[in-house]
Amino acid sequence: MSVVVSTPSERAIVLTRAFAAPPRLVFAAFTRPELLTRWYGARGWHLVSCDLDLRVGGAYRFVSQGPGGERMAQSGLYRAVEPPARLVLTELFDDQSYPGETVITHEFAERAGQTDLTTTVLYATAEGRDRVLRYPMTRGVAESFARLDTLLTEGMDDELDS
Amino acid sequence: MATDLLDATFAALADPTRRAILTRLAAGEATVTELAAPFHMSQPAISKHLKVLERAGLVSRGRDAQRRPCRLEARPLKTAVDWLEAYRDYWEESYQRLDALLAELREGDGE
Repeated sequence: MSVVVSTPSERAIVLTRAFAAPPRLVFAAFTRPELLTRWYGARGWHLVSCDLDLRVGGAYRFVSQGPGGERMAQSGLYRAVEPPARLVLTELFDDQSYPGETVITHEFAERAGQTDLTTTVLYATAEGRDRVLRYPMTRGVAESFARLDTLLTEGMDDELDS
Repeated sequence: MATDLLDATFAALADPTRRAILTRLAAGEATVTELAAPFHMSQPAISKHLKVLERAGLVSRGRDAQRRPCRLEARPLKTAVDWLEAYRDYWEESYQRLDALLAELREGDGE
């Protein structure tokens, strides 16, 4: 049931994933702050604050904390709120490294009591999309180097101590 | 891999005809004529797609001046797939937390 990533166009990333719960519950998990804070966030990141006004034109703002205690915030507007089938929102990070607003469309399709989720993330530019696609690996590499640094520093301290 | 080349790889892969060409080449090398046949496209149109694939390093052309067979170069494809896998793993953790939460919600739901 692992998430499947595809890139059907130059500006899009599409994520598909099945969940063992009906769309009603999955939709709730995507739209209720007390539920969102329990799961939302890419590797090492979790929500520390989550405010949203769930109606068309309503605003949201999520603040996440990263593995090193760093914070980042994303905000936007809801463009479509159609429980339990569809949710469309815009996204802009406070310190975004690529131009323009991103449009995120979540589609919750019911299949025998389960949910097939299709999330389409449409970036303003192809360069922005590629940058985001690269981010996890870039970060993975940076983290490996950081660990290596720590290891080397510790190793050298030990050597100096002995 | 250089960033530009990766951009070229993703751009090249965004087109369904080019993906179909790569799929065909995965089965073995082919000439432009052979590639054009199943696509109902002119040879110049196919050549244009091949140029994009060549620039991305996904396809190389043979030396034989008459045939210049095309073959698949798998390495950039592998790199692009690695990026997608890293991106997937990056988000999968979050979805696994959601799995656990949904299991809890279902119980509370009396299902």
